[in-house]
Amino acid sequence: MTPLGPYASFIVTSYALVAAVIAVLIGWVMVDYRRQKARLHDLEASGVTRRSGRSAAKIS
Amino acid sequence: MTLTDLANPSRFLSLATRILPWLAAATALLLAIGLYLSATAPDDYQQGATVKIMFIHVPNAWLSMFVWGVMSVAALGTLVWRHPLADVAQKTAAPIGAAFTFLALVTGSLWGRPMWGTYWQWDARLTSVLILFLMYLGLMALWRAVDDPSRAARAAAVLTLVGAINIPIIKFSVDWWNTLHQPASVFRMGGSTLDRAFLIPLLVMAVGFTLLFLTLHIAAMRNEILRRRVRTLQMLQASKPRAAA
Repeated sequence: MTPLGPYASFIVTSYALVAAVIAVLIGWVMVDYRRQKARLHDLEASGVTRRSGRSAAKIS
Repeated sequence: MTLTDLANPSRFLSLATRILPWLAAATALLLAIGLYLSATAPDDYQQGATVKIMFIHVPNAWLSMFVWGVMSVAALGTLVWRHPLADVAQKTAAPIGAAFTFLALVTGSLWGRPMWGTYWQWDARLTSVLILFLMYLGLMALWRAVDDPSRAARAAAVLTLVGAINIPIIKFSVDWWNTLHQPASVFRMGGSTLDRAFLIPLLVMAVGFTLLFLTLHIAAMRNEILRRRVRTLQMLQASKPRAAA
């Protein structure tokens, strides 16, 4: 890796910002998935089922 | 498996669960290779090491337009075929596209300060990308403002297709107007003007970021389908006491 020179702060800030935003996107998707699955499990546990009778939380 | 099978939300969920780990692994691998190539790329004879910002700025800028293109195709699916999966694709792409556009604007700004002497210039390219970012935010607000997902989808589809006019404006703004932003140097008539030492890391990063979008989009679509199932079950639950009464 070559030295980053006099503008290193601009380069490092750019890469750090991209990494942070990507981490937020990944976190958002993962947390949302767990939240929706938990809500479906709670609803099914309370006796609410789909008209088809199939489990709403089962996706595979 | 036909396209009709895939367009079934249950089938989509099953397929998404199977392919997401592979897509995520391919994304991580490509981005790791891209980062290594970016770190070891030589300095530019004029820009020095700041050329490394290009390896993240350009893929984000490409994706900011590509995601709107994906939303436009999904908008056609909503308006022409009224398919719920098209609604889901439209809705879930918007925040991801907004994030890529935000990153394109900010990394461009951080690249512009040392190279142009300014963080921002109201030239045609920068301004049209800022408008694209505002349109993404507007679409997200529209989705939140309307309770019924199918009504929101139709309104969002119209707005998406109208907003698609901005995509060729962004692409050709550097040719149509005098801009501080440089003209196209990769996809242009006569071939790329970039040296292979920069072109290869850039293309690897671009493919890596595109796979990242696909991974995030499919995962977000899966979440949205589950959210709609929650909504349906909550409506069933709410209607139960009335049915019994």
